[in-house]
Amino acid sequence: MQTNPADASRAGSPTRPGRAGWGLIALTYVSSALILAMPLVLIVTMAFRNGLDAYLANILAPDTLHAIFLTVLTAIVVVPINIVFGVCAAWLVTRYDFPGKRLLITIIEIPFSISPIVAGVIYLFLYGGQGLLGPVLADNGIKIMFTVWAIFLVSLFVTSPFVARELIPLMQQQGGEDEEAALSLGANGFQIFWNVTLPNIKWALLYGALLCNARVIGEFGAVSVVSGAIRGQTNTLPLQIELLFNDFNVSGAFAAASTLAALAVLTIVLKAALERVGATGRR
Amino acid sequence: MPSLKGAYLKRSIFAAALTLALGVSQAWAQPTDILNVSYDVSRELFEAVNAKFIPSYKASAGVDVTVNQSHAGSSKQAGLVLEGLAADVVTFNQVTDIETLAGKQFVATDWQSKYPNSASPFYSLPAFLVREGNPKGIVSWADLAKDGVGIVIPNPKTSGNGRYTYLAARAWAQEEFAGDEAKIEDYLKKVFANVKVFDTGGRQATTTFVENKIGDVLITFETEVLGTVKAVGDDQYDAVTPPVSLLAEFPVAVVDKVVDERGTRPIAEAYLNYLYTPEGQDIIGSFYNRVNDAAAVEKYKAQFPEVRLIKVEDAFGGWAKVKAEHFAEGGLLDKVLPNL
Amino acid sequence: MPGFGLTMGVTLLYLAVIVVIPLAAMLLKTTSLGLEDFWRIISSGRAQAAYWLTFSSAAVAALFNSVFGLLLAWVLVRYEFPGKRLIDALVDLPFALPTAVAGLALVTLFAPEGWYGQYLEPLGIKVSYAQLGIIVAMIFTSIPFVVRTIQPVLEDVPEDVEEAARTLGATRWQIFSRVIFPLILPAFTAGSVLCFARAIGEYGAVVFIAGNLPGLTEIVSLLIVIRLEELNYPATAALATVLLAVAFSALLVTNLIQAWQLRYADKSR
Repeated sequence: MQTNPADASRAGSPTRPGRAGWGLIALTYVSSALILAMPLVLIVTMAFRNGLDAYLANILAPDTLHAIFLTVLTAIVVVPINIVFGVCAAWLVTRYDFPGKRLLITIIEIPFSISPIVAGVIYLFLYGGQGLLGPVLADNGIKIMFTVWAIFLVSLFVTSPFVARELIPLMQQQGGEDEEAALSLGANGFQIFWNVTLPNIKWALLYGALLCNARVIGEFGAVSVVSGAIRGQTNTLPLQIELLFNDFNVSGAFAAASTLAALAVLTIVLKAALERVGATGRR
Repeated sequence: MPSLKGAYLKRSIFAAALTLALGVSQAWAQPTDILNVSYDVSRELFEAVNAKFIPSYKASAGVDVTVNQSHAGSSKQAGLVLEGLAADVVTFNQVTDIETLAGKQFVATDWQSKYPNSASPFYSLPAFLVREGNPKGIVSWADLAKDGVGIVIPNPKTSGNGRYTYLAARAWAQEEFAGDEAKIEDYLKKVFANVKVFDTGGRQATTTFVENKIGDVLITFETEVLGTVKAVGDDQYDAVTPPVSLLAEFPVAVVDKVVDERGTRPIAEAYLNYLYTPEGQDIIGSFYNRVNDAAAVEKYKAQFPEVRLIKVEDAFGGWAKVKAEHFAEGGLLDKVLPNL
Repeated sequence: MPGFGLTMGVTLLYLAVIVVIPLAAMLLKTTSLGLEDFWRIISSGRAQAAYWLTFSSAAVAALFNSVFGLLLAWVLVRYEFPGKRLIDALVDLPFALPTAVAGLALVTLFAPEGWYGQYLEPLGIKVSYAQLGIIVAMIFTSIPFVVRTIQPVLEDVPEDVEEAARTLGATRWQIFSRVIFPLILPAFTAGSVLCFARAIGEYGAVVFIAGNLPGLTEIVSLLIVIRLEELNYPATAALATVLLAVAFSALLVTNLIQAWQLRYADKSR
């Protein structure tokens, strides 16, 4: 899905626009400003509308700080696990043929297109006190629902396909010739992966990890079902935003939102940078 | 990019250590934290109560405690406790929600006899919040059924607050229409047809009315009505207490199943007892809840208008009957809710 | 190639623990319902209203984003102009911005006294707490799909085809509608379907702006949450199963379209 601005041999290369072109461009300017940019501007304006001191006080409120901590912690736990899974899954479906492969790919992709509410619900039905496993686990002193563990688990579910989705098309397109060659030279599996495959997929891998990270940090629906909303304990940053909004603390809500918006901007800047490096680095 | 890989590795080790530490500290130490799972609009109240309870407990028992809070619609919270939300105490706004827990052996069946006043340290009533100057002239329950009145209430299915509104409207109608069930239902249908938004919690409903300017009247607890006027200013909103309303008692209970497992019973019981102390009652009264402590009653008398309060027992024959006849699926409540 | 056992083991174990077993727990809950109850729940008047609202809003959002996405992709691929990189980067914002943040921003923009609401309200256009608000939230959160699926295909449209059409006297509109559009059609369709699927599942942004009015502004995800909070687990499970089935079908359709796209691409070579 990447664009390759560096590829000049391609036919439909960008040209200087004519009169109709400028019309379309003007339309793009206006609509992008209204639809995409304005929400960002609003968040920053609202977050700082009571001045910098009020903003800092809002950000440093203990419950908001804890929410930031919990959100970062969740990303730190979830993203590496889903990177490992994504690489394994991509390697499996692009390097081997086996019966049931299409079904496996579909199962990998399910969390991507399912409503996050359903994601929360299925975990509640499994680990809840009236769920399938919840009572058994509770008898053994293991509590999952309404703890950070439940937040980790639903986040793992929701973002499990992100890395694999980026890697599979790329690894399919690249084929396995390089790896076959390395194999014939006597390299073992890990050497092949580390020295041959990884350099080829590193940009897509980072891109997938970046998307995965963004989604973990921002997940709302699934986490809202399993968190229990204990202030300063199981409230992630997106939940804290809703809580502050409902506490009549609109500037607090926007201050919290601004930290997530800043992360979002960082994400798209990094993504754009990755694409540029990736486009030149791949050829 | 080996450095990035290394960073990820370090991060994941750090994370593993951290979560381990979190889990272990929970398992080993004698817990000094309790969780109060409460209804939606009591957020600020219990924040204030906790701030005063902590030094008071430190002075009497010598222990530093933490009180955590979770707020949402009362019935939803009861459901979460059943699913494993480890509440040491519940402070709900309706008897039926604690009965839900008692039915599953989370709470002793005689919980109402454990604390004074049927385990209700304070009470309130459904009242109205209207826009400045009360442009639609909403002063009594009768006005709610008029054409063109936009109502905001929390969902009676998820929030005790919303159910009190239903019961209060019905109690008024029962008197007004002398028990003529057809007229009562007709009235209630008109009221619910006027509802613009059913939020799942009481505070969301307030936000809908105040922040998003939906509707002409918000029906919620008097404490929330007066608290909102104080929070956002009386130049924008007027509080209206109808001449008749329903007594809304806010019951509390220790969740036996949880405190026995965690060993937090002393803190949990002290916490609920604190709500009955003069100090506790004073805080509760300052958040526009009606209280029973004589000193607090006297102190906050001026903020509460006169109102005749109907009791659930008198109008409906008790909570058990209310639950069976009104709130059960397909019951009288379902009959008057639009398209639920 | 080594690693089959390892990757198969890791993939299956992880999918089982994280995806399959939790889904199975829900399906089990649903099957305990019995067909008659299941049908009664998923076909109730309120559920039907929620389906209609969700699917029609998602369809409108997908339609809007098809046009808007096509415009963005076309402009970004075809023209050099100042600010192009900025707009290209902004397109990804809806994926990067948490949906709750998007919802908060949108509801504030469209509130009666908000930046947009103050101009729309006097015209009698209600966005917040109306279906239009749901559509706006769905549009915002699914903008990137169509753009990002069309972009690479549009870049690969061979110039000689266009050149040939031009020498044969085709107008610019004819070149677009008869030559270019058919080439990008599969990608365009796949992007629109993805957009539709994502819009159906959108929750965080929608709940801020929707308003919970049963039968009027209550999307399916919200109805599931309400059933859950009412402790009505059978209804929760049944409705969640419906959404799961829809998500599964959407996935199937996109995969079929992508297969079509691959064959299409091969033929056009």
